[in-house]
Amino acid sequence: MRLVLAYLIGLIFGIGIAISGMANPAKVLNFFDFAGSWDPSLMFVMGGALITTFIGYRLAFGRKAPLLSDGFQLPTARDIDLRLIGGAATFGIGWGIAGFCPGGALPALGTGRWEVFVFVGSVIVGILIAKALQSSAPTATQAKA
Amino acid sequence: METAFTPVASLGGGVLIGLAATLLMLTFGRIMGATGILAGVIQPTSRSEFAWRAAVLAGMVSGPLAVLALTGQMPAVEVPITVPMMIIGGLIVGVGVTFGAGCTSGHGVCGMARLSPRSIAATVTFMITTAATVYVVRHILGL
Repeated sequence: MRLVLAYLIGLIFGIGIAISGMANPAKVLNFFDFAGSWDPSLMFVMGGALITTFIGYRLAFGRKAPLLSDGFQLPTARDIDLRLIGGAATFGIGWGIAGFCPGGALPALGTGRWEVFVFVGSVIVGILIAKALQSSAPTATQAKA
Repeated sequence: METAFTPVASLGGGVLIGLAATLLMLTFGRIMGATGILAGVIQPTSRSEFAWRAAVLAGMVSGPLAVLALTGQMPAVEVPITVPMMIIGGLIVGVGVTFGAGCTSGHGVCGMARLSPRSIAATVTFMITTAATVYVVRHILGL
């Protein structure tokens, strides 16, 4: 039952991504190409997603706990550090080259286009490289402990 | 490559993305982040942590097929770049989202909706570097 619900939530997300244009690199890259073939559509994706989530989260957080779990699991990190900003900056460079972000590419796998599999495979390799780097280079706090 | 301006479809798609993020928080109490879901499937920490993420991922992948079933048309995927660029871009995205702890969905939608300072900082940063990269690739390198 839980897994059916999780599947349906993923399906809603996937349909949203598919009709929004986020699964289409040409459209994503044009959104960022102010000096060329600019397509402002993605502003509407971000706007629609943000306003809906902003309202929806307020309703969800009005409850003591989620319906199927003991508590809300929210990120606890607070620091705006080099790791966060450097990682985000790096992600943007990759997004600007490929035109796919993970949220756009995962649903796009369903189109069966081989280019999407190449991209997602590369992202997985990138994640594994980064995790290996993180575990071989302990953070300042881990080093202190 | 020109693309058509699609404000209605894009707004509707955005609302569905927000609805999915809301439902995942309301039921499982989790952030709808594509990075976390993918990372949790390829390197699971436990069976139950793997299971819900795999189910969400399966749902995501079914999205385009549902659109095909409903409209009779597969959503467009137009790739205006070469395969090596796709591979390089993917590797950089994978490294970046791991160190940055999130992407457009986790930081840009869910984190921003929580007014998380970290997510706002991350989103502003990657929007700037994405736009700068597109400018360099298209208008300086001419690729």
